[in-house]
Amino acid sequence: MSESKTADLTSVAMTPRRNSRMGDTLAYWMPKLVLSPTLIIVLVFFYGFILWTGYLSFTNSRMLPSYDLVGWANYVRLFNNERWFVSLRNLAVYSVLFIVICLAIGLSLAILLDQKIRAEGALRTIYLYPMALSFIVTGTVWKWMLNPQVGIEQFVRGLGWETFRFDWLVDPNFSIYTIVVAAVWQSSGFVMALFLAGLRGVDDSIIKAAQIDGASRFMIYTRIIIPSLRPVFFSAFVMLAHIAIKSFDLALALTGGGPGVSSDLPAIFMYQMSFTRNQMGLGAASAMIMLLTVVAILVPYLYSELRTKKHEH
Amino acid sequence: MNFRKSMLTVALTSSVAFTAQAGEVEVLHWWTSGGEAAAVSVLKSMVEKEGHTWKDFAVAGGGGENTMTVLRARAVSGNPPSSAQIKGLEIHEWADLGFLSSLNDVAEAEGWKDFLPEMVSNIMQFDGEFVAVPVNVHRVNWMWANPAAFEKAGVELPTSLDELWAAADKLKAAGIIPIAHGGQAWQDATTFESIALSLGGPEFFVKAFVEHDPAALQSDTMIEAFEQFRKVRDYLDPGFPGREWNIATSMVIRGDAAMQFMGDWAKGEFSAANMQPGTDYLCLPFPGTDDMFTFNIDSLAMFKQRSAENVAAQNTMARLVLSPEFQETFNMNKGSIPVRLDQDMSGFDACAQASMDTFKSTSASGEGLVPSMAHGMSTTSAVQGAIYDVTTTFFNSSMTAQEATRQLASAIRAAQ
Repeated sequence: MSESKTADLTSVAMTPRRNSRMGDTLAYWMPKLVLSPTLIIVLVFFYGFILWTGYLSFTNSRMLPSYDLVGWANYVRLFNNERWFVSLRNLAVYSVLFIVICLAIGLSLAILLDQKIRAEGALRTIYLYPMALSFIVTGTVWKWMLNPQVGIEQFVRGLGWETFRFDWLVDPNFSIYTIVVAAVWQSSGFVMALFLAGLRGVDDSIIKAAQIDGASRFMIYTRIIIPSLRPVFFSAFVMLAHIAIKSFDLALALTGGGPGVSSDLPAIFMYQMSFTRNQMGLGAASAMIMLLTVVAILVPYLYSELRTKKHEH
Repeated sequence: MNFRKSMLTVALTSSVAFTAQAGEVEVLHWWTSGGEAAAVSVLKSMVEKEGHTWKDFAVAGGGGENTMTVLRARAVSGNPPSSAQIKGLEIHEWADLGFLSSLNDVAEAEGWKDFLPEMVSNIMQFDGEFVAVPVNVHRVNWMWANPAAFEKAGVELPTSLDELWAAADKLKAAGIIPIAHGGQAWQDATTFESIALSLGGPEFFVKAFVEHDPAALQSDTMIEAFEQFRKVRDYLDPGFPGREWNIATSMVIRGDAAMQFMGDWAKGEFSAANMQPGTDYLCLPFPGTDDMFTFNIDSLAMFKQRSAENVAAQNTMARLVLSPEFQETFNMNKGSIPVRLDQDMSGFDACAQASMDTFKSTSASGEGLVPSMAHGMSTTSAVQGAIYDVTTTFFNSSMTAQEATRQLASAIRAAQ
């Protein structure tokens, strides 16, 4: 039955039977053929280079890669480096605040936008716009705004509040928070879009049923809608987590890792060691630690996701 | 198959034949700002006059970090440019890997050793072979002052560190920012090394920043240097972190700030603002470093070339770079001084002449001429980076001077 159908469809060609077999072979190989360049690129440029970096982290590479193994020496040096600890601490502060604030703002904006308001399209675009900028632009703009001599502080003082202080950018104890502010500004719109899509996917009939049962709006959100957004939370979390860990351009444009090294991040550390200070071995070791951090977040996530799917189906 | 092979041979031979007509020099540099670009184009036309072609590999943006990555990739794949702007001990790192070619024939024919100070030619040589050619000499331990600001506050120009802090107090009281500074690691290190030189003298400087003697690094002098360095913080404006050096210079030009500690590349900014040395702005040695000279030398390292023609072109360029004509044009534009001790200085301004006098006297006596740590002349980029980290962290935190010296010693040991 199905074979004759295929034959009908391809009857334009010479011999239907032979053609359908060729079509089957083609259909079998086509996706593999199309995907193979991508697969090779991924294998070589992702996993190949991860392995290579891992190998380099055990060598005494300085300006150029070398292959003389030195054991764990680079890791020992890395964890004796004061600046590495500053950057790890900064990463912890930055990523926790960034992820939590982004999720909170993104969710609230999405819920507010979901109230069937007027001009939703326009508002949504406005909130999403920061996403269209590169992190370099965001960093530079916020650098000007947060600069105490030309930015917000100067502006408020100009309005008459002479003692107003907002000098986080130049205060070593607060400079890391300026990166959080800029990053949240840039990414929360994107999280909002994710949540909005999730909210639209919630089945209306459940909400109607809850309303008939007399649930308040607050209860509908906290008991039904937000729990059903769990997959969205997870994807948003994973995306934000890896944005946080690879953060480099934003910090470089906004604070340059300063004042001093007070807003240094592992990515900046890795870049400087590998490419400007001729300590490729040490840089590779720090890159491996960053990779392990990502893996430590991703693996439990993937594990839980895959496991729940198996149970559901 | 045969046909394809022969095509390949034709292609290869024709490309060889093409390069055989004239050598080519490809120069990787980041002299792209107004005066510098003009200076480099002089070299270009000089090379072209000798019958070779010039291929510019200019990169804007000063630091050239990404360019170094490109350079590494090209060197490893066996296709490096003829020459690249590499300086200080990094020349030795490249030479050690076997990438650089010898310039000894040119050096002997031209008598480089006769007119280059020994300190300078040592940096340009690896295993007794010249592998790079010096372009200019910058003096780092300068203090740029706005005389009008000092007059307004009624203070004399400081000649020692104590006088410096006293003057800074009065300037601050008069409502002038005493010191224009940009809070970037290299600028912090530039100021710090001048203070260390002023306090400990050249001998201490060499022990600490060239030999990395642990005793010198943890000495009382070093603790004192950190404490004096901390004092600078009291005389800055709040907007200093992350500021570019030329913005800081413009504060001195406008008279908002009284002085800046910066190498003589700052002179270009004053000239661009139509200010005259001696009247509109003053160039003074950093307080307490009168007869000392912290040098920062730009140089072109020469990479091994495959064809004899390119080697010839490379040698021609090396010869031209040290010719008095090029030295004069380039350095007048760049604000630095010629590297030749026998150069006629009559066309240069007062600051350059003063710089040259100190350069000659210190290189003749062998005392007081020290390589700049902050500008990569005294040590490898790894150790330099380690010193940067400690000085800039100290400057931007409340770390004690004792803790800073301890961290300095351990960071240097770890980076070696």
